[in-house]
Amino acid sequence: MEYLVIIISTIFINNIVLAKFLGICPFLGVSKNTSTAVGMGGAVVFVMTISTIMTYLVQHYILIPLDIAYMQTVTYILVIAFLVQVVEIVLKKVSPDLYQALGVYLPLITTNCTILGVAILVIQNNYNLFESVIFAIGNSIGFTLAISMFSSLREQLDTADLPEAMQGIPAALITASILSMAFMGFAGLV
Amino acid sequence: MATISNKEVFLKGIIRENPVFVILLGLCPTLGVTSTAINGLGMGIATLFVLVMSNVVISSVKSLIPDKVRIPAFIVIIAAFVTVVQLLMAAYTPALNDQLGLFIPLIVVNCIVLGRAEAFASRNTVVSSILDGLGMGVGFTLALTLLGSIRELLGSLSIFGWKFAEADGMLVFVLAPGAFITLGFIIAIMSWLKNRNPV
Repeated sequence: MEYLVIIISTIFINNIVLAKFLGICPFLGVSKNTSTAVGMGGAVVFVMTISTIMTYLVQHYILIPLDIAYMQTVTYILVIAFLVQVVEIVLKKVSPDLYQALGVYLPLITTNCTILGVAILVIQNNYNLFESVIFAIGNSIGFTLAISMFSSLREQLDTADLPEAMQGIPAALITASILSMAFMGFAGLV
Repeated sequence: MATISNKEVFLKGIIRENPVFVILLGLCPTLGVTSTAINGLGMGIATLFVLVMSNVVISSVKSLIPDKVRIPAFIVIIAAFVTVVQLLMAAYTPALNDQLGLFIPLIVVNCIVLGRAEAFASRNTVVSSILDGLGMGVGFTLALTLLGSIRELLGSLSIFGWKFAEADGMLVFVLAPGAFITLGFIIAIMSWLKNRNPV
């Protein structure tokens, strides 16, 4: 039951993009068409889950015993950068199509704040390992949901007749605002 | 790059290449912490410090770093300065530190900092890198403070914490949707002005 609460709250109520403002760069950058958005979402689910496990283990078995918890930011970002590199190599071999589609965006996962953000939030919330994994999965599904919904809205926006100044990013941000209002309707669900 | 004077290096970050309104980098803290003007200003200054310091270090050690591992090396340098900011803020401005919370460690992954390291500091001299960091940092701070002021003004009818009317503001501007909509309109106005007076 407790795990279900974590899942629902991370996907809908405290959606990582629309309520916590993490991962805005890929949210605006990779959302021009639905298939790349879903691909990016998939990559984030994969990287976030593994990186949260890794950083959790690093925190509890290396940083805390050695009493160097202040090195958190430096170590986490290194672990994440390393993982993204591995994912890139694996994806290149296993699914060249997806690799082609994500292309330049995959290295950008390193600087996707959702990954580092979730790794730090897990420690701040004092989750155990299993709760952390659930939290990471919930958040990454929340990210995928937000970015894929947003990309299908933006595909529609392309054909809309907008004032010149509003085209592109301004219209996208206002769409995101309305999407975020819609997600606020979930508040109080659990 | 020799044709660009130091003054231009500094000034370009403030308006013409403003990191938030024109290049659209570093949007997470831009949207996340700007519910009040003070938070925006604090975040801006923290980022300014990291930008300048990491630009200084990166431009001075650029010839020592092998090209293949430059990005990880840059990230470690940036992360070190972020840790410094984190510890300083926790010690001297605990209230602001609580407000900004997660967004302080996340300066590491702020695209502006790595972007400037890669695009500018890794190819330019120390002096012009300092100016570039300062310009970009000031541009970022101004953008965050502007966004924070507008949201605070509309959302809680106050400016920098000083409440000028007793009535309630429009709560939506303090919440998440207000951040998106305010930034959307600012960028729209910027591009409208640009279209009207082409440079």
